[in-house]
Amino acid sequence: MSSELPTLTATARTTAGRRRPLLARRGLGGIARYAVLVTVAFTILVPVAYAVLGGFKTNGQLAANPGSILPDPWVLTNYTDVLFGKNAAAFWRETANSLIIAAVSVGLTVGLASLAAFVFARMVFPGREAMYTLFVFGLLFPSAVAILPLYILVRNLGLSGNLLGVALPQAAFALPLTIVILRPFFRSIPAELEDAARIDGCSSFGFFWRVLLPLARPALATVSVLAIVTTWNAFMLPLILLNGADQWTLPLGVMNFSTEYSSDQARVLAFTVVALIPAVVFYAFAERQLVGGLTSGAVKG
Amino acid sequence: MSSAIARPTTGRGLPRRLVTVSLFLLPALALYALFVLLPIVQAAHYSLYKWNGLEPLTNFIGLDNYVKAFNDKGFRTAVSNNLLVIVLSLAIQIPFALGLAVLLNRRFPGRAVFRLIFFLPYVLSEAIAGIVFSLMLRPEALVDTGLTTVGLGALIQDWLGDTHIVMITVFFIISWKYFGFHMILLLAGLQGIPREIEEAARIDGADAVGVFRHVTLPLLGPTLRVSVFLSMIGALQLFDMVWVTTGGGPLNATNTMAIAMFRAGFEKSQMGYGSALAVVLFLFGLLVALAYQRFVLRRDVEGAVTAYNG
Repeated sequence: MSSELPTLTATARTTAGRRRPLLARRGLGGIARYAVLVTVAFTILVPVAYAVLGGFKTNGQLAANPGSILPDPWVLTNYTDVLFGKNAAAFWRETANSLIIAAVSVGLTVGLASLAAFVFARMVFPGREAMYTLFVFGLLFPSAVAILPLYILVRNLGLSGNLLGVALPQAAFALPLTIVILRPFFRSIPAELEDAARIDGCSSFGFFWRVLLPLARPALATVSVLAIVTTWNAFMLPLILLNGADQWTLPLGVMNFSTEYSSDQARVLAFTVVALIPAVVFYAFAERQLVGGLTSGAVKG
Repeated sequence: MSSAIARPTTGRGLPRRLVTVSLFLLPALALYALFVLLPIVQAAHYSLYKWNGLEPLTNFIGLDNYVKAFNDKGFRTAVSNNLLVIVLSLAIQIPFALGLAVLLNRRFPGRAVFRLIFFLPYVLSEAIAGIVFSLMLRPEALVDTGLTTVGLGALIQDWLGDTHIVMITVFFIISWKYFGFHMILLLAGLQGIPREIEEAARIDGADAVGVFRHVTLPLLGPTLRVSVFLSMIGALQLFDMVWVTTGGGPLNATNTMAIAMFRAGFEKSQMGYGSALAVVLFLFGLLVALAYQRFVLRRDVEGAVTAYNG
């Protein structure tokens, strides 16, 4: 009883207290807050705007007037060349490569991590925590450490220069975070459901497949989104494991395009902007899962 | 409580359960062991040889590669650059992210839009961000022109060409990309702190700074530690952004451990030496991880003891 009393008064006062900041919010503090936020937002958006608008300029415009904001006149050829013209083949091929790697690697990660997280969450067996720790270990060290031997390994497996040679290691590197996020989620599904499923004749796999996975759809969406962003932006691994222009993913393509056309800035900007569109569109649709996944993975972890 | 929720399958014998467990676990374990664990062990193995990556592994040289790394001026620059990024991240990037998280931890019109914008760079690839920044930072390009326009022309530097400031420039670009990530983590941590606690401290007479220092920060501890840890591991393996913007130059000024490792392995065909650099990188990571674990563990023990006494 005695411990309840202060809590009650605290909550009672809180509701009263909430009205005070409402006034303050519109005062000097509120203006300062907006000033800071707008400045930061401006800093974030300048490079993006610079790239988008720069793609509509000619190199002459970029050189003669680097500070001008709007193109004069607007030039479409840079973008049309990348999308439909002479640079389109490279762009679409790289997009397709990125998509293939992302699909294989994320599919594998989410599939295998779900299976593993299921036994880590719901079964008792000797060595379970040690095994789990082995996966957690993967979160704790810099993945760049494995790069050189990985190159040798992939070469020895006959997978160098093969998209699969990138997708498999990437799936492996994404396993730890995926398992760490999925395990508590799988654990929170009530045992009564499992009992009921078993009475109805479900095997372990039947329960996993028909009951657990459908219930875990939000968590699966979250880990998928996280894995997609990581794979899509990966740079070091593809740089090492892919060995020709026809295998390049988008980040490698953008990098090489900027070297190849180093004297044609406007074209580089156009290519870069077109290459960032998939990520931005994806972000617009999946922001909630992405943010939710990062925070559940890190804050609880 | 947790045992009531996740009651284990107890109805069947252990051997049969082990078969089920193996079938579920082995695919993930095999992939992970083959592509993550094995390479780490191999790095340690290769690091004891002088090896170009192609011939048979025969030229055993003990710890010579590590001695070489220690005496390699370029690699020492790399280590100090990695440490510089760690220090700058902890001193500037995380406090900045925390400040913004505090600003966003209130309801006000436009909050969602700001959050969306601040987090946007995180989804853009390093290649894209790096290339756009390189173009903006070229001499007499957008940044220089902008500074001149607002009357700050005196501040203009050769941003990516001057060996004294190029690492700071790279740090700024990294922060541009990653502060939003830390802000989102810290914002989630802040939202996990019940408003009532802060309000109660306020009623007890604490001012805003006092509440933040003595109530909010300690309660934010676990999130802050995760943020610090991820930031340190990220700084240790810094590669992509440097590779895209400067390639480690000019004159090694932006060399990092991962860049040095990459160059040794793939440009100079010194797989043995490169592997030794990888092991050094691993040891740094281990140090950070152990410090983190120890810190977290000690805090947990402290918490338990206080709770017991209280």
